[in-house]
Amino acid sequence: MKRELPRWDEMEQGFVTRTLTEMVNKTGTWRTFKPVINHSRCTKCRWCIIYCPEPCIHMEVSGSDEKIMIDYDFCKGCGICAEECPVKCIDMVEE
Amino acid sequence: MPFKSIKSLEERQDFFSPGHGLCPGCGAAQIARIVTKVAGKDTIIVTPTGCLEVSTTTYPATSWKVPYLHVAFENAAAAASGIKVAYDALIRKKKISKDANLVVLGGDGGTADIGLQSLSGALERGEHITYICYDNEAYMNTGIQRSGATPYGAWTTTSPAGQKTLKKDLMGIAIAHGVKYAATASIAYVRDAANKVEKAISMGGPSFIHWIQPCTTGWRYDPKLTVKISKLAVKTGLWPLYEYHEGVTKLTVEVPKRVPVSEYLKLQGRFRHIMNKPEELAKIQSYADAFAAKFGLGPVAQ
Amino acid sequence: MKTVEPILLSGNLAAAYAIKQLDVDVVAAYPITPQTTIIEKISEYVADGELDANFMLVESEHSAISSCLSAASAGARVFTSTSSQGLLLMHEILFITSALRLPVVMAVANRSVSAPINIWCDHGDIMPQRDVGWIQLFAESAQEAYDKLIQAYRISEDPRVRLPVMVNADGIILSHTYEPVFPLEDSEVASFAPWKLYPLRLDPENPLTMGAFGYPEYYFETRYQSAKALEDSIGIISEVDEKFGEISGRKYGAVSPFRCEDADVILISMGSISETIRATVRKLREKGEKVGMMSLKLFRPFPFKEMMGLVKDAKAVGVVDRALSPGAIVGPVFNDITSALYLSKMSVPCVNFFTGLGGRDVRMADVRDMFEKLKEVAKTGVAKEHRFYVGLRG
Repeated sequence: MKRELPRWDEMEQGFVTRTLTEMVNKTGTWRTFKPVINHSRCTKCRWCIIYCPEPCIHMEVSGSDEKIMIDYDFCKGCGICAEECPVKCIDMVEE
Repeated sequence: MPFKSIKSLEERQDFFSPGHGLCPGCGAAQIARIVTKVAGKDTIIVTPTGCLEVSTTTYPATSWKVPYLHVAFENAAAAASGIKVAYDALIRKKKISKDANLVVLGGDGGTADIGLQSLSGALERGEHITYICYDNEAYMNTGIQRSGATPYGAWTTTSPAGQKTLKKDLMGIAIAHGVKYAATASIAYVRDAANKVEKAISMGGPSFIHWIQPCTTGWRYDPKLTVKISKLAVKTGLWPLYEYHEGVTKLTVEVPKRVPVSEYLKLQGRFRHIMNKPEELAKIQSYADAFAAKFGLGPVAQ
Repeated sequence: MKTVEPILLSGNLAAAYAIKQLDVDVVAAYPITPQTTIIEKISEYVADGELDANFMLVESEHSAISSCLSAASAGARVFTSTSSQGLLLMHEILFITSALRLPVVMAVANRSVSAPINIWCDHGDIMPQRDVGWIQLFAESAQEAYDKLIQAYRISEDPRVRLPVMVNADGIILSHTYEPVFPLEDSEVASFAPWKLYPLRLDPENPLTMGAFGYPEYYFETRYQSAKALEDSIGIISEVDEKFGEISGRKYGAVSPFRCEDADVILISMGSISETIRATVRKLREKGEKVGMMSLKLFRPFPFKEMMGLVKDAKAVGVVDRALSPGAIVGPVFNDITSALYLSKMSVPCVNFFTGLGGRDVRMADVRDMFEKLKEVAKTGVAKEHRFYVGLRG
């Protein structure tokens, strides 16, 4: 993503940074294989969420419904979630 | 409150955001994320120079949603203790009202080698900081050079024929300083690790956690295996999970039946050159056996 | 202005006295001669409850400056002091302190650097710190060391500045010599340099990342930002000096000239040598010689504008360097001054005097010799040699 680069006097003193998270970097572009959750087999045990190094897997709650979701904007496709899933409900699919 | 379930840990707020530049499958990212989850909002993170630092703070972006300071390579412990001492003074003088946890996340180079002096000073002064060493057993940020924490036999770019000396005993060094609390950790035993982080922070004195961190790039393995390798390090006896508190050392994860070290080594390209050398494998097995004897792990299952 | 009783203090004790009055929160330091008595005295103040600060007895100067930097990043007012090898060990972190814009204040008892090991005065320790981005003030007396430390906090914490400050005082010669010092009242110090919570701080209520990684698109701008702040601080430094003068009756200026107005030859110096040179000028003036001198009180930012007007009518200028710069064609202070002269299109001949290394005494006779050399140059208008090693055998 192209950012407008600031002048030296537009940068905060001491180059501290606080407003912009690394989420401007869409690391999903690094991916070769994509994890896909088979929700019918998912037990919502949360191991994939805990082990995700980005982290880009989260529990989406709507009402009484819980669903584990992967944010593909950031998933680098490391495959840890698929490897560690106790019920093997995540497949690594070629992009 | 110990984490009784994965759910209770998962439900804690995240303070480490995605988009960082760490490698796919990076163990340091897992550690940073779990530590900040456990430590919570009122925490200040200090890191020495290293992979974690350069990849999570690419100006003007940051992955840290808690206050974060990086100064240099060899002074993270001094920097963290300076903040802590400042907070103590400011609170005593009623200039501020709210305290913060001080947690260092340092690699093995910044901890066992160049940062050891400053760590020793901070531990000896008894300052209330929690120092967590994510140990990937080499200088990964500069391209996999050996450190004082590189294990016997491991290939690195500066030990091309395999490391000839043993890993530095960081836990022994920390404990010898009379720390309040010291523990080893592995991401494969994440509740054990999270509980240790919580305990370490609550100790009211210096605490140290030595956390094994498989590095997909430097250890040469498929990124999906980070957790598996973290588990095998424990199962083989090469990375016993224990804690030290008030003079007592206690195993926190039992290993009734050990796995032969070759199961751990064979997944890692850095040991490939010794996999057909039984005498080298026997040597590494003997180190695991020594840990097993010391910590009361079970025999190797045939 | 009230009349106050003087106290007999060494330069180091005067520095400690200032720190006691400045509501400093954290002191982190490590012993090294000749700075040590500063931290010994501060330890006593803390132990006796006269200074409410946390004193970190760290394991090296590297950790001392690192802890000061980080304590400042937590919002605290901090102090450290060092000399010689200790300052060299801090070197790396000095750059980081200024780039992070943290108001660390440090007293330096200037001492030679090894080898050979030598505990006496010269400026060998401070010259390698020229480019670290700190404000560098020089004192000529214990009184001035005391005054400058009080000024240092006000300068350093000014939102227009936000840079670390070093107060230099010559080791042994000033650090250990007792003289009458007129302190300010505690309340005067408190209102001159009032404590404020430093706003660029690590606070969980308002998280920020400090010390980030800078790609080539950002590095240049960040370095320029702190360099520019240093350059621009010169006005604030003089403003603070003025204000200090109003409450104390003492103000120093960025350069302190003496009898320059009609001088044919002018000698420029920094630190305690200036006192000897000033005394020599006084003597020579009694004999009718048109000599003058100028003491450089501010080394970074370099006050070239303030200086140029003073030397414009001189026929020869001498610059004393109390440190060598091996391999360079001239000494470090000379280098700055002649660059300034060149850029001001002034072609007055200049001579560089190296002297006083490793605590070697510089006497009035030595200074007279320097003036003799300058007078010869003034006569011919040409400096045949530009470097003299005053007092060197052989």
